[in-house]
Parts: sequence; C-alpha cells; structure tokens
Amino acid sequence: MAAGFKTVEPLEYYRRFLKENCRPDGRELGEFRTTTVNIGSISTADGSALVKLGNTTVICGVKAEFAVPPTDAPDKGYVVPNVDLPPLCSSRFRSGPPGEEAQVASQFIADVIENSQIIQKEDLCISSGKLAWVLYCDLICLDYDGNILDACTFALLAALKNVQLPEVRINEETALAEVNLKKKSYLNIRTHPVATSFAVFDDTLLIVDPTGEEEHLATGTLTVVMDEEGRLSCLHKPGGSGLTGAKLQDCMSRAVTRHKEVKKLMDEVIKSMTPK
Amino acid sequence: MRSEYLTYTQARPAGRKSGLHVGCGAMEGAMRSDDKVCTETGIESSSRGPGCSLRHFACEQNLLSRPDGSAAFLQGDTSVLAGVYGPAEVKVSKEIFNKATLEVILRPKIGLPGVAEKSRERLIRNTCQAVVLGALHPRTSITVVLQVVSDAGSLLACCLNAACMALVDAGVPMRALFCGVTCALDSDGTLVLDPTAKQEKEARAVLTFALDSVDRKLLMSTTKGLYSDAELQQCLAAAQTASQHVFRFYRESLQRRYSKS
Repeated sequence: MAAGFKTVEPLEYYRRFLKENCRPDGRELGEFRTTTVNIGSISTADGSALVKLGNTTVICGVKAEFAVPPTDAPDKGYVVPNVDLPPLCSSRFRSGPPGEEAQVASQFIADVIENSQIIQKEDLCISSGKLAWVLYCDLICLDYDGNILDACTFALLAALKNVQLPEVRINEETALAEVNLKKKSYLNIRTHPVATSFAVFDDTLLIVDPTGEEEHLATGTLTVVMDEEGRLSCLHKPGGSGLTGAKLQDCMSRAVTRHKEVKKLMDEVIKSMTPK
Repeated sequence: MRSEYLTYTQARPAGRKSGLHVGCGAMEGAMRSDDKVCTETGIESSSRGPGCSLRHFACEQNLLSRPDGSAAFLQGDTSVLAGVYGPAEVKVSKEIFNKATLEVILRPKIGLPGVAEKSRERLIRNTCQAVVLGALHPRTSITVVLQVVSDAGSLLACCLNAACMALVDAGVPMRALFCGVTCALDSDGTLVLDPTAKQEKEARAVLTFALDSVDRKLLMSTTKGLYSDAELQQCLAAAQTASQHVFRFYRESLQRRYSKS
C-alpha cells in the first residue's frame, strides 16, 4: 500500500518522512550515503578513481599529453575536465551530444579546478613557451542516483592525487622531448576541495546528499565547495526557493564536517596503496 | 493583454515615445557617496563604500515589436537586451502537465554559445522558475531570450535584471520580482559592488547573487575565486542592501510608465 501511495503522491509520501526528521532510506536529514572510493583501478590511465556515493557511481580517468602552452600564458599547462552522462546511467539521458546537465556539470568542475587552485598550472609547464602538460580529466557517470556534483568533485580529486607524470627532459641538440617512463612523480596537490550538496524542500527544509528522487521533488538545490582551511571556492545555487543567511550558515558548518570525513577516507585509501 | 498596453501608450502625448523607460541616472547619482562618473578606471574614484555604490543604471521596456515583452537593461557600460515570448505553444516532448515550461536562451556578444552560456542559462532559468507562477499556465512555454549587447563587468546580474523587467513587460504572472547583484572581493578583503570588468579581473573573488523582492531571500548564487564564510555573509548583507535600490528603481520605472501625466 505504501508503494501505491508513493506512486500517486510522491511529495506527500516524502513529507510524512520529513516530519519525523528522517528519509525513506532510513537516513537522517544531515547524513550522507555510504561513500566508497577505489583509486588507481584503470591501468591505462595516468590516474584514476572510482567513487560511489550510495548508488551514484562516477569514475574519473586522467590522461596526460603534451601540448604547446597558450601564447598569453607561456608558463602554464592545461587541465581539461569533461563530465559525461551516458544513457547507461539513467533513462533520462539520450545518446548524442552532451545535454544540458552534462554541460553544467562540466562547467562546474572546470570552475572548481580554477577557483580552488588544486593544481598550480605553472607546475604543468615543462619548457616555457614550448612544451607543457595537458591533463584530460574524463568523468563518466555509471549510475545516476542524485548528487552527481559531489561524486564528480571527489572522483576528480582522488584521481589527481593518483596521477604520476614521467620526467621529461628537452634535448638541446634535437629540441625533442625525452620522456623517462621509469622515473615518475606525483602531482603537487595544493588544496583539497570537497563538495557538499543540499536539496531544499518546501522552501524551508534542507537535506544533505539528495538521491535522484529527492532531487526531482526538491524545490531547489545548493552545492558548497570548501577546502581544508574553511575557504569556499564555490557556492552554486542555481535558482530554486530562497534561503536566508542563517540557513546558509548551517550549510557551511555541515560542509566543514563533510570535508573532514572525505579527507580522512581519502588519506586512508592512499595510505593503503603506498606499499606497492 | 498586449492590445491593452498598445492602446494605452497611444493615448500618451506625442512628445514621448511609446513604452519608454526610466533612465534613473539622476536618482542613482544622489544615492552614491561620490558623484564621479568615471567608474571604469576603478582606481582613482574615491571610497566606494559598500551598500550604496552601484553604477548608473537605466532600463527601457517594450522596445521590440515581435516579442510579447522586452526590456533593455544598462548598468554602467554593460547592456543586455531581453525578449519574452509567452505563454505560447509548447512542443509535446517538452510540455509539463501542470506548469509552464520555462526556457532561457543566452546569446553572447561574439561567437557561438558554449558550455559557459549553457551554465548561465540554467542559473537564470532556475531563478525565473522560482518566481514565475507557472501553475497558472499549464502546458505552455515561456521563452526568455537574452542578447548581450556590451559587457563591462557584472554581466550575469545585468542579464537577471533584464530578464525580470522583460517578464514584467510581458505580463507573465510572478509571485515576486528578482534582481541580480554582483560583489567583488579584492586581495585585502575590500568589498566592491557592481564591479567593472577591470575590477572583476583583479579581484580575488567575484560573487553574483539573485535576490527576491519580498523578503530579500537568496534565490541564486554563483561564485568565482576563494573566500571565507564570514566574507560570504558580508557580501550577502551588502547585496541585500543594494537590492533595495534596484527594486526601488523597478518600481519607479513602472510607475513612470503607467502614470497618466
């Protein structure tokens, strides 16, 4: 009977749970779904990570290639993110050119990389004006169950931490690059931005880490990207119901605790990988 | 609805152009702490205190003949033209059974629209969706088309203001008005409202907010750069104060348009 009610009146069904301060999957309003991360699983990529946030699964692969630095910034490399939402992950996406959701997510990830300065682009330069690294970060969603932005940000961060770039030397006589695949070094990751997403219900209630259904029923969403020093690199609120300054404060404090959780998880995983 | 407006404007004295705007420059000048017009340089214009120094802005409504509503909004040198078509016929694939389908198209000044424009379109669309009473026009479409005429800083805020004025001009039912305000934080933490392009480039962080007219709640926010939580609250408070000027301008603009004098 509950299933019937849920089909006919999904919003009322949700409200019944929210009144008791919990959600249909048993979580509290401020609780995240189980987060698992698997780093370095793709051997053909220079860095990779798979993140699961409940059912939402995102895999990030980073490939490094050579490129000529931009003329207006000859000592900088490039980081090019791309988020792909294939028809595999959800029935709402069709095959073909990237839809709006994918484009917005790609732009969001590009903004996070730019604003939070995860990598200093100068570190990617090999020879000023001649050669630089370009990191193509491809994020593919394998299962879409809400909160794609958090999963993508985490996957990107974990994959970048896993990237190992070989040493490159420019031979003065031939002016060609000599790549030494035996000597690899990790990237210098300066900050660790972590995204926390909220959904606004009925203009007043804020819930953390919305699932696909919750996102559909919500009247607004909010994503906060914070680094370890409590600095915000992105406050993404694309329309939806209005929020007061006090509610924003609550979101910030939740984002701070989430950052600690994610950082701890990632450090544990990386530590367990190092004996290799 | 549209015919009503047309007959009304024809009744006006011949000296005035129909459906003309309010260039509220003089009033804005009085509100600013300093009267200097050269805010483009941004360096020598003296202390732009937070909360009261928006650039000169002007608005013109009903300037295009084909769309149901149109508006041109100018903030300093930034200018955006908006046209609204709706409520109109909607494609069956896009129709929603109980609400109007809102669409926003943003065209940059040069080049083809790219991923950044798609992202901004979504921000503007979701902001409009929060205020437009779509339930009054189910299975219809309301399209907002924005054309960037010139960009001299605070572009997204100008787009939001133009969209709001165009929706009002089209007579689309809304539960509140909204306005866009941009804040820039420079490296020593000073807040500058409504920054010019140069100020935006040199700033450490640029925050754009869309605020509601009823109780100044935050409808939309998008930010660039790094900043702290306290700075966010400070910018939000400054934006809320500045939005009062914008809403007052909207009200006066509409009053002048419909006054019988």
